[in-house]
Amino acid sequence: MKKLINDPQNVVPEALEGMAKAHPDLVKVHFEPNFVYRADAPRQGKVAVISGGGSGHEPMHVGFVGYGMLDAACPGAVFTSPTPDQMYEAAKTVHGGAGILLIVKNYAGDVMNFDMAADLLRGEGLQVESVLIADDVAVESSLYSQGRRGTGTTVLAEKILGAAAEQGYDLQRLADLGRRVAENGRCMGMALTSCTVPHVGKPTFELGEEEMEIGIGIHGEPGRYREPLKRADEIVERLMEPILSDLPFRSGDRVICMVNSMGGTPLIELYIVYRKVAQICEERGIQIARNLIGPYITSLEMAGTSITLLRADDEMLSLWDHPVKTPALRWGM
Amino acid sequence: MPLTQEAVRAWLQRCAAVLEENRDYLTQLDAAIGDADHGVNMDRGFKAAMARLASLNAPDIGSVFKTVGMTLVATVGGAGGPLYGTFFLQLGVKTANKQELTPHDWAEALEAAINGVIARGQARPGDKTMVDALLPALEAYKAALQEGASFAEALARSAAAAEEGMKATIPMIAKKGRASYLGERSAGHQDPGATSSYLLLQAAAETWADAA
Repeated sequence: MKKLINDPQNVVPEALEGMAKAHPDLVKVHFEPNFVYRADAPRQGKVAVISGGGSGHEPMHVGFVGYGMLDAACPGAVFTSPTPDQMYEAAKTVHGGAGILLIVKNYAGDVMNFDMAADLLRGEGLQVESVLIADDVAVESSLYSQGRRGTGTTVLAEKILGAAAEQGYDLQRLADLGRRVAENGRCMGMALTSCTVPHVGKPTFELGEEEMEIGIGIHGEPGRYREPLKRADEIVERLMEPILSDLPFRSGDRVICMVNSMGGTPLIELYIVYRKVAQICEERGIQIARNLIGPYITSLEMAGTSITLLRADDEMLSLWDHPVKTPALRWGM
Repeated sequence: MPLTQEAVRAWLQRCAAVLEENRDYLTQLDAAIGDADHGVNMDRGFKAAMARLASLNAPDIGSVFKTVGMTLVATVGGAGGPLYGTFFLQLGVKTANKQELTPHDWAEALEAAINGVIARGQARPGDKTMVDALLPALEAYKAALQEGASFAEALARSAAAAEEGMKATIPMIAKKGRASYLGERSAGHQDPGATSSYLLLQAAAETWADAA
């Protein structure tokens, strides 16, 4: 294992210390339990929007804390869900009396830990709603499985819901909007290489020099199939077809499109991916109204990409354009 | 002879030691069908629980279990945190205000703990989870008591049933947790959660062979 770290056991706290030093104007960091929260929290009268998940997907979620996005983010150990005490303490610190919205990705651990936190908070008389993101079309629906994983749509949901909370949406209206975003977002990813969890020290899975995994999960969960490496355009077709046919996206739809790096894939390759995504959308009469290209929901140093499409209405687009000021996403101010 | 708080603490110490010994093994099992963190997470959680217990002057056995449960919830993460946290918190509820546990007390506590795990995780028998080791262990334990077996004998049969249940997860297709994403590819691998559950019950049978 070759990594720019000091001690595999201290990766998360040391990264959080660095973040606190880098962005004191935007965020504060609380240790034990660990959470990152807005420097100006609590904001009275505003619903507190809180998310969290395993570390190793930076900038998600800690990089999205700030004006117009998250009030707090709870980072777990690398690829491990955060614990209920983190969400509980974060919520108590940032809530402004208008309730708490939890944005949860659909993994067994995340769901159970956020549920326990919600139980604890409700036990103290706080109003809590949860929005579950389960957008990964690589997981073919089955009555018995855990269901789809939460992936790229999470980033778009955090931006849109954060803006809506800033504009004064009440908790119920915010939760309804969140569920609408969750229902209209679809994502699929692929990997060129594995990644290595620092405290494990070995690659999470093996992938041959000439192979790729189509439908990879953000923790290296296996995808739909593995096959010999193809040209970028063919790879994009393999990701776009399941995404487009699932919702389905139709001619005339407007979408927010995210082309994401899994961590190891450079921006120049993401633009090659976006070029093909845009061609396919044009051919189908789908209008990409907004786009986001870069590393936003990563899997450590994994090389690969994921494509997310969110069918957006006027309300979502206007909230997308609302100013945001976080360590990783900043526009309009 | 009923179990004292000292015997309960001895079991928990043994659990922590066994999980440390099996940390890499559990993580390897998890790497095959999950996300390669189960051994590391359980080891971290039990070490933290032992540190908390060392300075805890517990008035009853329930407080010991409750402390372990709360510590696991806050330190394990993943699915293991809420599931094992709930397991020990429920043991704590059933043993509140008790200074000793009879064989019957243990049956009640174990049943509540396993029901708590099922309620939290929504897994059914055959889903390739810790439930597949825990439920047969509970049934074997209760059956042994009904047949008039000694506490030690009932615990031994319970651990044997857990081991069998653990091995029975190998051909199963996972229907819960990250392993479920593999679908049929999850068959042929032993479930890491069922394995850690077996290790805890085996530790009980070993630790309490004399105490019970």
